[in-house]
Amino acid sequence: MFAALGVCGLVAAVLAAEVAAPRLKPLLERWRLRLAVVPQEDVAAYDPGRERRAEQRARSLLRSCVNEDDWAMYRDLGFLRVWGNGSAGAADGHGVAPYAYLIYPHKPIVAYVPQSSRLLSEYCVDFPDRERPYGSARLPPSDDVLAKWMALTADERRLIGSANLHLAGRQHNPDAVRADIAALARWDRARPQSVEAARSTAS
Amino acid sequence: MRLLRMKPGHGEVLIAEGDVEIAEQERELIEAFRAQLDQGMWAAVPVTSSDGRRQAELVRDFSEVPRDAERVIFFPRAAGGC
Repeated sequence: MFAALGVCGLVAAVLAAEVAAPRLKPLLERWRLRLAVVPQEDVAAYDPGRERRAEQRARSLLRSCVNEDDWAMYRDLGFLRVWGNGSAGAADGHGVAPYAYLIYPHKPIVAYVPQSSRLLSEYCVDFPDRERPYGSARLPPSDDVLAKWMALTADERRLIGSANLHLAGRQHNPDAVRADIAALARWDRARPQSVEAARSTAS
Repeated sequence: MRLLRMKPGHGEVLIAEGDVEIAEQERELIEAFRAQLDQGMWAAVPVTSSDGRRQAELVRDFSEVPRDAERVIFFPRAAGGC
């Protein structure tokens, strides 16, 4: 009798496993991937205080490299604008460049038309450090912005050629970017000297 | 002249410092410069244009660095992301 009960129990366990397997398998797979992708030393190496100090250094370096107006823009709005100079006629009759870029930390660069606020495209570009000090290949946010700014102002075509091109709206929320452009226009109006400086660059 | 390198988790790191007018120090700067390029870094020199705008110049050789440059900033080569 005990043998019969044992067999029944075994059969019930096998049937239950068969029923539950489709649900358990993805959970087990996710758990296995999580263990494999995040090494314990990376978690242990993450230090919020160190990352904060790194960002402070990066902000100081950025401030020392860009114009005072550009620094104020980044400080106040969280992104930088760089005028495009890829075309021969960089400035039209009104002295405004035909396109410009918005540089965000660790987000794609956005190209847009300043006159109409029309979004043109997103350029996904990273600066991964293969040495991965402290377990991460990502530069501090302000270093990422400075790297993009240096590469764009020095050799726009080279940077754009290195980037993955996407239609606007793939990574950024288009409404949020348009709101940023509107905020930038208000910021420009509040700082007329910055507009003049920008126009002198474009012309 | 100072050679700086951006580092994840740290910000910029001083790689080398010296006076390009002193031959021995210039040689050390050149060696450090080449070592960074060999590691796949891009090198940029912050400059001020004639109209007062600040920008950067990418340099591929130490001879392209302006003699009066105060610093050269190394950062990882750009790669398509997202």
